[in-house]
Amino acid sequence: MLNIIWPVFIIISIVYSVLIGNIEAINNSIFEVGESTINLVLNLLGTLCLWNGLMKIAEKTSLIKKIAKIVNPLMKALFPEIKRGTETYQAISMNIVSNILGLGNAATPLGLKAMKLMQQENKEKKKLSNSMALFIILNTASIQIIPTTVIAIRTSLGSVEPTRILIPIWGATIGAALAGIISAKILMKRF
Amino acid sequence: MINYVSSIIIPIMIVMIVLYGILEKQKVFDLFIQGATEGIGIVAKLFPTLLGIFLAIGLLRSSGVLEFLLNFLNPIISFLNIPKEIMPLALLRPISGSASLGIATDIMKEYGPDSLTGMIVSTIMGATETTIYTIAVYTSIVGIKKIRFVLIAALIADFVGIILAVFLCRLMSNGFC
Repeated sequence: MLNIIWPVFIIISIVYSVLIGNIEAINNSIFEVGESTINLVLNLLGTLCLWNGLMKIAEKTSLIKKIAKIVNPLMKALFPEIKRGTETYQAISMNIVSNILGLGNAATPLGLKAMKLMQQENKEKKKLSNSMALFIILNTASIQIIPTTVIAIRTSLGSVEPTRILIPIWGATIGAALAGIISAKILMKRF
Repeated sequence: MINYVSSIIIPIMIVMIVLYGILEKQKVFDLFIQGATEGIGIVAKLFPTLLGIFLAIGLLRSSGVLEFLLNFLNPIISFLNIPKEIMPLALLRPISGSASLGIATDIMKEYGPDSLTGMIVSTIMGATETTIYTIAVYTSIVGIKKIRFVLIAALIADFVGIILAVFLCRLMSNGFC
């Protein structure tokens, strides 16, 4: 994807600025980009390593398994055909919890495992089952309590209150997930 | 109150994680070091991508092309009441994770992370995912091409997420919470 967008952006910008006689500004932004990127990355390095270290501890404990019980009511509403206590059920609920906690490293393998298990029970092997479809939509909605990367970027750009965006993020992410689930439940019957 | 909630949640989580680690007799410090070391790799990998994205976006902005293109989107933007400077992010968010991270950072740098625009951009980044990439990964593992309504529903979710991000940040900057 970026192999197409990236060169197009660059060529269009340079051609355009030559045409309107704005080459000075273009030169400035070319020479400035190295320094500004390195500054940002150095700042990010600190915060990102810190979180990655803490999350490694969370990954190695049974925290995810314990918290997974909280999502039981949600599981029942979203995945009525998947029985409690099965391996599939556990993979799905642990994937959801890992996503919520921001443990991306743990969430993806669990999610892929859940997909494979659901495929075994899928009657039409070439088509996503309802549960699989809903599960993917939940993963694209990415409900997360602490979006560490965003906070890291805000901190590195000198934000006074890097965590101030948590409440709007929770509101927007839950609203988006609900919108995805509701539209899936409606579209499910037609497609 | 809300500020308190959002500032206390991170310390609480850290205590919970560390305490849990100790109770389960994990070598917490060693684990921390291991994770932090992996973090260096993540950032090192991120650097070239960000450099490339910043180059392209910087050129788009300084040449005036971005401004020119955004003018075409004006009718939609004013209809939805969203600031036009967030449009590049809204359009690229579902397609590319690294590109949208670069664009979001670029916009925050330009307008300030605590400005209304900066808040909206942060909220969009935190509340949405790289939808198309996620769908590709999860369907290809089981070799399924018939994805039915998944793309439509996921894009509806993204759209709602972006509109809500704008709305909630506006509420906040008007002093409602």
